[in-house]
Amino acid sequence: MKLSRLVEILDATVLTGEDQLNIEVKTAFSADLMSDVLAFAKPKSLILTGLTNPQVVRTASILDSAAIVIVRGKKPPAETVGLAKELNIPIISTKYILFETSGRLYMNGMVGCVKKIGG
Amino acid sequence: MTLMTLVEQLNLTVRCCQENLGRSVTGGYIGDLLSDVIANSSRGNVWITRQSHSNIVAVAELKEHAGIILVLAREPEKETLEKAEKVGIPILSTPLHGFEVAGRVYELIRN
Amino acid sequence: MVHTIRYKNSFPIEGGNFDEAGVVSLRVKSILKDMGFLGETQRRVAIVAYESELNIISYARSGHITLRISPQEIRIDAEDEGPGIDDIELAMKDGYSTATDRIREMGFGAGMGLSNIKRCSDTFEITSESNKGVHLRILIDAN
Repeated sequence: MKLSRLVEILDATVLTGEDQLNIEVKTAFSADLMSDVLAFAKPKSLILTGLTNPQVVRTASILDSAAIVIVRGKKPPAETVGLAKELNIPIISTKYILFETSGRLYMNGMVGCVKKIGG
Repeated sequence: MTLMTLVEQLNLTVRCCQENLGRSVTGGYIGDLLSDVIANSSRGNVWITRQSHSNIVAVAELKEHAGIILVLAREPEKETLEKAEKVGIPILSTPLHGFEVAGRVYELIRN
Repeated sequence: MVHTIRYKNSFPIEGGNFDEAGVVSLRVKSILKDMGFLGETQRRVAIVAYESELNIISYARSGHITLRISPQEIRIDAEDEGPGIDDIELAMKDGYSTATDRIREMGFGAGMGLSNIKRCSDTFEITSESNKGVHLRILIDAN
């Protein structure tokens, strides 16, 4: 689905990356643990997380992730948003919890995709 | 909807407390940061997580979760199973990941 | 086997400096990108660098990551000055972690770092001396 559609489904706000709302995202990975994201998230995937520190942005950049969705209405610090702007990674904020966010996207056709464990 | 339904529909492996699978599931919560789970999850939630140490039992008991689903093939530690058995909280595991499990649980609850 | 080194550089890392976590890894990734390596290779090397960087920041006083690039392979040495690892086999287990609460609240310390590194490597060597430090040596084939 297009990022713009995701913003609608999640009643979300775009914190940075307004110019990238036309990109297609097909897969998503939900996690609060950075190592899990590093171990399992596939490139071009969406990262759904409650983490707001700048490391999430660096992780996303390392993995070539499509965008970051921050859940639970959490407000990331200016440093995080600034870094995302610099690295050209959209950050979207939704008030829904990770479970609800995943559920809504899942029911709208978003697929979860992971690299094989040990692969 | 009960834990049993989830076990059947998602092909979850039951690690303990088989006798309590009739517990009602009213929602779900994905979280790996214990302070967050304590603050924001609710009674009747099935808790979807990657944390496998014994503290998870205390948290699930405190928040009156229906049960715990360990994702991405995470196995509970021996101490975790012992504690869970004492308090009767079912621990389930699956090779699926959090997004997938949450999506399917969400869908089942909706229908 | 002797390889022609096309690039060699050493990046220092300050223990405890979580603000900078990932800076070295992103730099490493961009060096590989500029040299024309495949996205998959860039990611593997960057993940190795990042997890190594995080370990040094989380547990050591200081350290550095040395990147050597030859036409055949990319070599990463992550060395630190710190407590070292007493039981390497235990440290390699998925989920085993000595992280503090502060580290966990940031989303780190899940105990997957070393196995993530090993999984991304073609050759993985780890040595440690208690009270001295840890040395990781990783080789990744350049495709």
